[in-house]
Amino acid sequence: MRWDFASVFTNTDALLVGAIGTLHIFVICLVLGLSLGLVVGLGRYARTPWFRWPATAFVEFFRNTPVLVQILWFYFALPMLLPFEISPLAAASLGISLNSAAFSAEIYRGGIQSIEPGQWDGARALGMSWGQAMRRIILPQALKRMTPALTNRAIEIFKMSTLASAVAYVELLQQGKLIASLNYNPIEAYTTVAVIFFVFLWPMVQFTYLLERRLRRSE
Amino acid sequence: MSYRWDFTPVVTNAPLLAEGLVNTLKVTGVSLACGLVLGLALALMRLSRHRLASWPAGFVIEVFRTTPPLVQLFWFFFALPLIVGVEMTPFLAACVTFSIQSAAFFAEVFRAGIQSIERGQWDAARAIGMTHGQALQRIILPQAVKRMIPAFMERAIELMKTTTLVATIAYADLLFAANEVSQKSFRPLETYTVVALIYFFVIFLASQFARLLELRLARSGESTVH
Amino acid sequence: MTLLRVVGLTKKFGPHAVLRGIDLDVQPGERLAILGASGSGKSTLLRCLNFMEMPDSGTVMLDDKVVGRRESELVRVRQRIGMVFQQFNLFPHMTAIGNVMEGLRTVRRFPKAEARARAGKELARVGLADKAETYPAHLSGGQKQRVAIARALAMDPELLLFDEPTSALDPELVGEVLNVIRALAEEGRTMLLVTHELGFAYHVATRVIFLADGTIHEQGTPDEVLKHPTKERTRAFLARHKEFSL
Ligand SMILES: Nc1ncnc2c1ncn2[C@@H]1O[C@H](COP(=O)(O)OP(=O)(O)O)[C@@H](O)[C@H]1O
Ligand SMILES: [Mg+2]
Repeated sequence: MRWDFASVFTNTDALLVGAIGTLHIFVICLVLGLSLGLVVGLGRYARTPWFRWPATAFVEFFRNTPVLVQILWFYFALPMLLPFEISPLAAASLGISLNSAAFSAEIYRGGIQSIEPGQWDGARALGMSWGQAMRRIILPQALKRMTPALTNRAIEIFKMSTLASAVAYVELLQQGKLIASLNYNPIEAYTTVAVIFFVFLWPMVQFTYLLERRLRRSE
Repeated sequence: MSYRWDFTPVVTNAPLLAEGLVNTLKVTGVSLACGLVLGLALALMRLSRHRLASWPAGFVIEVFRTTPPLVQLFWFFFALPLIVGVEMTPFLAACVTFSIQSAAFFAEVFRAGIQSIERGQWDAARAIGMTHGQALQRIILPQAVKRMIPAFMERAIELMKTTTLVATIAYADLLFAANEVSQKSFRPLETYTVVALIYFFVIFLASQFARLLELRLARSGESTVH
Repeated sequence: MTLLRVVGLTKKFGPHAVLRGIDLDVQPGERLAILGASGSGKSTLLRCLNFMEMPDSGTVMLDDKVVGRRESELVRVRQRIGMVFQQFNLFPHMTAIGNVMEGLRTVRRFPKAEARARAGKELARVGLADKAETYPAHLSGGQKQRVAIARALAMDPELLLFDEPTSALDPELVGEVLNVIRALAEEGRTMLLVTHELGFAYHVATRVIFLADGTIHEQGTPDEVLKHPTKERTRAFLARHKEFSL
């Protein structure tokens, strides 16, 4: 068999559109997922059960269901309850963001819990409120310990973005499918897509390894 | 809210969903078993002093850990059959993809576990005349595996979630069955909700079991390696 | 016949030359005490003798036969040389008797019953017959080290290597381990013993070696080396071990 990548490269613009779509949904889910995760994570740490229980239920539910099921639920099921349609981007972003929020909530919670109680005492002794202590003393320290886990989450989000193709959102894999079906060249098309993802993700992965090593050395 | 819920189509199609769940478990089970064996092999190759073994293993591990599983699945389903010239069923493609993919993750778990065993254990094993293989099998792995169990469980649960991707290449797993039922019955809300709950129930049970096991192990004094 | 002969042994770690030409003959029944400052290469020397570390150059001969570098040959040589470690290195997932049986079962391929009988005898010899079914986590340091000695003895070694066998022990547990080693000495076992227990070395060893700068700096009878050292560095080393009472 002959490899013919020319048929892929004539479709560079299609791939470019796909890459933009991938980056688009990645950024949305990264921002939404990690910030919502912080809220939920703090909620799980709250004193009042009014925050703690919903936050716990949220985490348990979204950690224990597959993202693709969530995406399809938002795309096919949710519109039944709403007076409007849900776009592929919205459905996929919702699924991936909520899932990432659940996972990152656990990272935040673990990071906060890893700070010695003495730090809380010190902040309290200075007359800080819970919120001030959290913001000024606890989170800055915890964030440092959480960084590798959070960048790992970012990598997972990037990989999960391919699931948006299941609801025909235009991203890299979706464009790969398109190119493969138009040119009958699935080998080249899917290999190219795989290589593009690898090129995007490999530096992120190496960066995470670096952070992990550095953290391990500093502890 | 004006929507009238109706779960009858879901109930009538329960056998279809049940079959889907069985298929999901089948793919998970096969990939888990193959992934463990292959993962140990990859880990041992990766730890080998011979570059001819460690570099290819490192390459496979890196590639499968850093590319999206759905891309891998499409590649194995659409591209690989043309390269090697064999028929590829969705089931086979799923098993191959998820076996190698989980092997890549298991390999790192094995490696961390093996490396967490103190050098003295190797020393003592070799000092009584064991070969490398005997030391690994009798002394190192039994200790390492115990420490790795929580990480294994976590990975197995991830794997079960990942298997939903097979629905996109038309393998009749639970998610695919949901898609069919919802199209037949025009009841996507009920179908997808029920299916989401089934997934939640199964995976939640597995997670709780893993947690229990982890507690048990922690109490017996073995630390965990992630 | 010379049991062990070492000629021109050298070993480097990176640029750091730890052993720079060691020559050593050991006759059957000899007991060598090896002394030296921390980091002087005592452990490395022992580990080179059973090829746990690969020497860079030099030869090691057992019964006048040069030991080659093939793994299969090294495995056989290690069976003839027992080793006891500072940190015991017991297998934590096996009981005391399991530890002692392990070499017999896996390496020597003894049938289970035979291995168990033999292991039981070795445990009794170190005074731990009643701890056979105990896991290492529930043994004291001294008991662990005695199990480790039994594990080495079970392989019928012609030569025993002890690498600071009592250094990791609480002072009150040192005696029980030294007593076991003394009993082995009285049986006429050939052994190399790295130790900081100078009094014990004086009474038990037939020859004392002082290691410095990667070479044998001074050697002789315990009386010569420990009481009348000729070299300045040996004297300085002994002065630092004042508690040593002969
Ligand atoms: N595996 C190794 N890699 C690098 N350096 C080592 C290794 N083992 C020992 N060394 C170094 O070799 C020197 C001698 O070590 P060792 O034989 O353990 O000394 P001793 O047992 O006399 O205290 C030390 O400086 C030590 O740091
Ligand atoms: Mg030493």
